Amino acid sequence: MTDLLKVRDARDVETAVQWALGAGKALEIVGGGSKRALGRPSQTDLTLDLSGLAGVTLYEPDELVLSAKAGTKLTEIETLVAASDQELAFEPMDFGSLLGTAPGTATIGGVLSVNASGPRRIKAGAARDHFLGFSAVSGRGETFKSGGRVVKNVTGYDLCKLMAGAFGTLGAMTDVTIKVLPRAETEQTLLVPGLGAARAAEAMMQAMASSCEVSGAAHLPASIVARLPGMPGGQAFTALRLEGVAPSVAHRKTLLESLMRSYGQPETLDTEASRTLWRAVRDVVPFAVDGPAGARHVWRLSTAPSQGAALGAALAAEADAELIYDWAGGLIWAALAPSDDAGAGLVRRAVANAGGQATLIRAPAAIRAAIDVFTPDGPGIAALSQRIKDGFDPKGVLNPGRMWAGI
Amino acid sequence: MSVIMPPADQGVLARRERIVAALRAFVPGEGVIATEREMKPFESDGLTAYRQMPMVVVLPETTEQVSRVLAYCHAEGIKVVPRGAGTSLSGGALPLVDGVLLGMAKFSRIREIDFANRVAVVEPGVTNLAVTRAVEHEGFYYAPDPSSQIACTIGGNIAENSGGVHCLKYGMTTNNVLGCEIVLITGEVLRIGGKHLDSGGYDLLGIITGSEGLLGVVTEITVRLLKKPETARAVLVGFPSSEDAGACVSQVIGAGIIPGGMEMMDRPAIHAVEEFVHAGYPLDVEALLIVELDGPQAEVDHLIARVSEIAGGCHASTIRVSTSEEERLLFWAGRKAAFPAVGRISPDYYCMDGTIPRARLPQVLHRMKELSAKYGLGVANVFHAGDGNLHPLILYDANKPGELQRAEDFGSDILRLCVEVGGVLTGEHGVGVEKRDLMPAMFSEIDLKQQQRLKCAFDDQGLLNPGKVFPALHRCAELGRVHISGGQLPFPDIPRF
Repeated sequence: MTDLLKVRDARDVETAVQWALGAGKALEIVGGGSKRALGRPSQTDLTLDLSGLAGVTLYEPDELVLSAKAGTKLTEIETLVAASDQELAFEPMDFGSLLGTAPGTATIGGVLSVNASGPRRIKAGAARDHFLGFSAVSGRGETFKSGGRVVKNVTGYDLCKLMAGAFGTLGAMTDVTIKVLPRAETEQTLLVPGLGAARAAEAMMQAMASSCEVSGAAHLPASIVARLPGMPGGQAFTALRLEGVAPSVAHRKTLLESLMRSYGQPETLDTEASRTLWRAVRDVVPFAVDGPAGARHVWRLSTAPSQGAALGAALAAEADAELIYDWAGGLIWAALAPSDDAGAGLVRRAVANAGGQATLIRAPAAIRAAIDVFTPDGPGIAALSQRIKDGFDPKGVLNPGRMWAGI
Repeated sequence: MSVIMPPADQGVLARRERIVAALRAFVPGEGVIATEREMKPFESDGLTAYRQMPMVVVLPETTEQVSRVLAYCHAEGIKVVPRGAGTSLSGGALPLVDGVLLGMAKFSRIREIDFANRVAVVEPGVTNLAVTRAVEHEGFYYAPDPSSQIACTIGGNIAENSGGVHCLKYGMTTNNVLGCEIVLITGEVLRIGGKHLDSGGYDLLGIITGSEGLLGVVTEITVRLLKKPETARAVLVGFPSSEDAGACVSQVIGAGIIPGGMEMMDRPAIHAVEEFVHAGYPLDVEALLIVELDGPQAEVDHLIARVSEIAGGCHASTIRVSTSEEERLLFWAGRKAAFPAVGRISPDYYCMDGTIPRARLPQVLHRMKELSAKYGLGVANVFHAGDGNLHPLILYDANKPGELQRAEDFGSDILRLCVEVGGVLTGEHGVGVEKRDLMPAMFSEIDLKQQQRLKCAFDDQGLLNPGKVFPALHRCAELGRVHISGGQLPFPDIPRF
């Protein structure tokens, strides 16, 4: 674990993997290192540092497309596209506050590798939905590509989807192409005060089923609100974001206010305050490692929105759990008081009842090595995943064990 | 028809009677079709230039039947070609002489509609439009809308990752599905995803979508439902040149506007359509654009004004904004009838499907004119302008000796041209048999072999839909071999720390 190989170009990556293959070594694939503590701790011999593969290689705002070397900093890309009033619509989260790594170190390759998405996922899709093409080095030491630079493309298997969320276990990506989209001219957030989680879920589902085009729907219990910047304190808030051109936002706000009237008198956050709130929700700031929940073990649960409140209640009934609901109730960030298994038994049981998936996001490495970080799949899916891994990385050179033992 | 399919397995053909009898034990009654007359409707899909009778047609009704049929075929080494409604334009459902054609049409139930979670759980034989019909009373719809939506099925949409005119804003099939049940060739039944977003683990649903029936047979799909936009209006804009039309499209998107639909037609297409539909299209223009804005009334009014202004600045010679729902539908009626309209002016036409970076459109249209002269065949273009997806319709007469071959060669040149300018071979119709042999224009042998290794993870004997997508078939054992270049010393020139 002491050796660090810092590559300078894609050719170096191929050379390094070919060498590792021949020498029987396993490589940890790292970009900016912001997500090294995500997933299972890999058993690797060396670290392959891709942060030297940096730079945007193509950006055509009118074509809504951007290509970059995989180690390009996300912040660099976001700054560049913002100058053309564009953005990465999937709103990738920064794991810095949650995992205690320096903010702004994430790379585009890492973001795609974990399929990171933010609150806008419910409207705009996940990282996977904006990932158009890539070039990567497989565990066979071969450079292969898939996709392209156009949005509409069904030529061959959609390997972008497979690489998104594969945690670098199938290939070390060297170049990526993503879709960018116009950034909303303005935004506002309605805050409905004082709801419990179940009632909030109803409100969020009603908002989502309306033509208001809500682009963020989160329920923030009172204890969470207290840890969010610029929020009126003392009570829970259910936050609903509207984005778009000004006349549209104004129109939808009126509509949404009338829809929410039966739930309470909503307050409004204007553009700047709204942006601040959603950035904090995106990055799960209330569970920051240097905050009051810093010692807690954090899970990320995905379920059907209608099941969210019950799932949260099931956790809270048996454990000391702090909860944040995003994605209209379909995403729960759960911070559990520390325990030997990070509460895995309870979490898995509750998720099995509700339907969905749970991923352990923050816990000491020893716990992440001892329990399943991802929801264990049935034997059929597990075997299929293993066969896929074997097709891309038969000798286990790339991030072995990062997702599951053996994968 | 010039495509070469995998050699027929004579051993399987010799056992045909026994195989048919065995299949009848899994799928009773009329679910197994073995007479030439009854199999005839299955001999081709939407790409009618290619025809082949299958060995036998099986129409299962339950997942268990699918599982038993596939497990049997796997054990017996029998090829299987899955089929939805048979509307593929790339020959994805073209039967094999020694293969079972597995028709999924009887899986036609909508199992669940869940408005609270905005999803529907449907069987693969449900038509695309039937999903929308089942939920529109509550103001919802299913977004992907391929032109064949009256007939094409959700299962086929999964196989092809189908798009439609609205996918610029609302995405293709892959962006609108959450889960599925799939049967592998071994008969194993797997459930993937569900009503929740983004399961952890490998994105199996993402690779199954668009896999053209080569990875498994889908028996249930969970799709996302969207709320219908409050309103929609369209602008019809005529331009003196395709450059002006292209510039307008770029400027609309550059202005931060993502229209619900943005369609372009060239002069031959406009004339064919107008004569057929009488939509009131201007005939003195080189390019026609339909831009549809949808959403809240206030937003649509605001954006229509901006789009009209941009169009005016791009030398538009006519700008008409729809003032009623009837007028909006009339604008679209022409575009939607483009294929049959072209069918009226030519005995046959061949529909292509490349995608290009939008800015290269004038260059591509220019080269296409040259190719049209070279091959002596006319071409009309309809274009999903927002996302660069081009549908050239090559006009030919199959009864004239050599014209089909010339049309195919012309089409191949167009697709190579798409790749050459930075685009791809197919935007939404799939590779199938049609573009199979062009794959090396876009992918290296390493790329194609890596894709086939994924296939091996699902189907290690290559029994599911062989002969589609990949120009050369490799045995999985051969693909699995690892070539180790030798225990070289670690690359002295890579910096180490």
